[in-house]
Amino acid sequence: MIKIEGLHKSYPIGKDSLHVLKGLDLHIKEGEFVSIMGSSGSGKSTLLNIVGLLDTHDEGNYFLNGQLIQNLNEKKAAVLRNKFLGFVFQSFNLISYKTALENVALPLYYKGMGRKERLKIAQEYLEKVELGPWANHLPNELSGGQKQRVAIARALVTNPKVILADEPTGALDSKTTDSVMDLLKGINDEGMTVFVITHEEDVAEQTNRIVRLKDGVIISDEYTKAGKLKTVK
Amino acid sequence: MFDLDSWREIFQSINKNKLRAVLSGFTVAFAILLFTLLFGIVSGLKNTFAEAFVDDAANSMFVRVWKTSKPYKGLQSGRSIQLKNKDYDYVEEKYNNKIQYLTARIYKNVSISYKSKQDSYNLRAVHPDHQFLEKTNIIDGRYINELDLQQASKVIVIGRLVKEDLFGERPALGKQVNVNGISYKVIGVFTDDGGDNEERLTYMPVTTAQKLYGNNDYISQINIGYDPKLDLNQAIAFGNQLERDLREKLDIHPDDQSALSVRNMAEANKGVNQFMIALYFIVIFVGSGTLIAGIIGISNIMIFSIKERTKEFGIRKALGAKPSSIIAMVVKESLLITALAGYLGLLLGTYILNQIGDSLEEYFIKNPGVDTGIVVGATITLVIAGLIAGYLPAKKAAQIKPIVALRAD
Repeated sequence: MIKIEGLHKSYPIGKDSLHVLKGLDLHIKEGEFVSIMGSSGSGKSTLLNIVGLLDTHDEGNYFLNGQLIQNLNEKKAAVLRNKFLGFVFQSFNLISYKTALENVALPLYYKGMGRKERLKIAQEYLEKVELGPWANHLPNELSGGQKQRVAIARALVTNPKVILADEPTGALDSKTTDSVMDLLKGINDEGMTVFVITHEEDVAEQTNRIVRLKDGVIISDEYTKAGKLKTVK
Repeated sequence: MFDLDSWREIFQSINKNKLRAVLSGFTVAFAILLFTLLFGIVSGLKNTFAEAFVDDAANSMFVRVWKTSKPYKGLQSGRSIQLKNKDYDYVEEKYNNKIQYLTARIYKNVSISYKSKQDSYNLRAVHPDHQFLEKTNIIDGRYINELDLQQASKVIVIGRLVKEDLFGERPALGKQVNVNGISYKVIGVFTDDGGDNEERLTYMPVTTAQKLYGNNDYISQINIGYDPKLDLNQAIAFGNQLERDLREKLDIHPDDQSALSVRNMAEANKGVNQFMIALYFIVIFVGSGTLIAGIIGISNIMIFSIKERTKEFGIRKALGAKPSSIIAMVVKESLLITALAGYLGLLLGTYILNQIGDSLEEYFIKNPGVDTGIVVGATITLVIAGLIAGYLPAKKAAQIKPIVALRAD
């Protein structure tokens, strides 16, 4: 599903440039539940942004769903994001003046779906994250955990190939963290590829495969207990 | 463009940012309002000037004489100048090709009576062309004609108010009235846009007056309507030449203004024209300044609003919004606000001008109004400005990488 070969990325800082990713190789197959671990500055967010087509890479190859990603303009990137990717952000990134239902329906709007149909589908996804009764509430009327569940519903609504979650539990307490992780696990169980970035060990432990990044290189890539069980199955 | 869904997005966005929408709308509405008022008031001024000339034909010239104030050719100053028939004939002969209408005028104060009614009135003895120069409207009967002139007929044309004084509701036409002891036949009744005083006048043939009152060939004044084909400068040159020639003929010092002068409406017209042109330049200057201020106002608000929404655009792009859909959203919003507000400003402006109506007449502003074309043009200018003001920053915002946009706060 996601295949990365020799990926490099640098950011210019004044006259110098900061080499953030130093030749990564990573292969994530369909249906995997992978977490990227690393301290801040390890390059994990940069990796997610490149994988999410939110940013471009300098060197190396990136295949998304078998398609080589290169020379993307904003328009093509927007279409691919809409089609293949669902995002979950640490700060939720819900649009404040839209209700939970409208937020969930927004990716379908950009897909060109009619209003009635997309609101119906959005409602189904809200119910899936157990927020059906909250459909007409604005984001500031929801708790952090509820907001993140709205964001997850929004990421799922286009039925993408991959869910990309950037510190999805970073702004949540431990109880809601668990419920969000359970939700992601459930999604993965249904066959969706889920790609989580975190610096919390116990969050990473709940995924099937942990890739550790340090200073722009992968220092380890191993399956967790749950992962081993699953691969054995 | 007419996709209902995209307009729903825009209404939601405007609704969420009411203050911003109201502010930018206010800027536009105010600019158009000022623009409308400015043009309306100037057109009111113009109406006043146009009205000032309604009494007499715009191509009139008046030759008038008084006493000399300078000695000339051995003649002393203080000599009274008298125009005579030969002067009239001289003008008629010499300037035939530059003259549309020509009439002499003799002023008399007369007492007119009909049966028991009697009053004193101003009488003008004139040639038939006088009717056109004075814009006299005959409402009953006819004006003086060439035959009256040749025969020195004892006929009289009376103003509407003279007729009311002497005849009341009864018909006046064909009746004999007594003018300073001589009986005249009323051949016409007239009205005049110049006001009541003009309708208290009476007219008779110039030959009749000369024959019956003094038996001389004196005339008080010569009125000329220059050929309308002459432009203002040619007409002014004609007036100056006429003045020089008549002074020479009557042995008046060439610079003696107080002995003979030609009052030329062309000069007044030229002055008014220049004044109006200057006024229009000022209005165009101030008007476009107002519009530019409006445009800058919208641009500022749009730039600010787009900056404020950078993160929202980032979210939308992460969810699959193409740059073009972001631009379209912002531009449509800007367009909607400017068009609505511009229309409001226009409505308010025309309403105020209507309310003013003739109430500012003492300030020379009469019936102010605006040329729809100008205001529509101004509104379109602002709408286009709103489009550009929305498009440029939106294009920039849409090009920002979503990752940068998402980081914005």
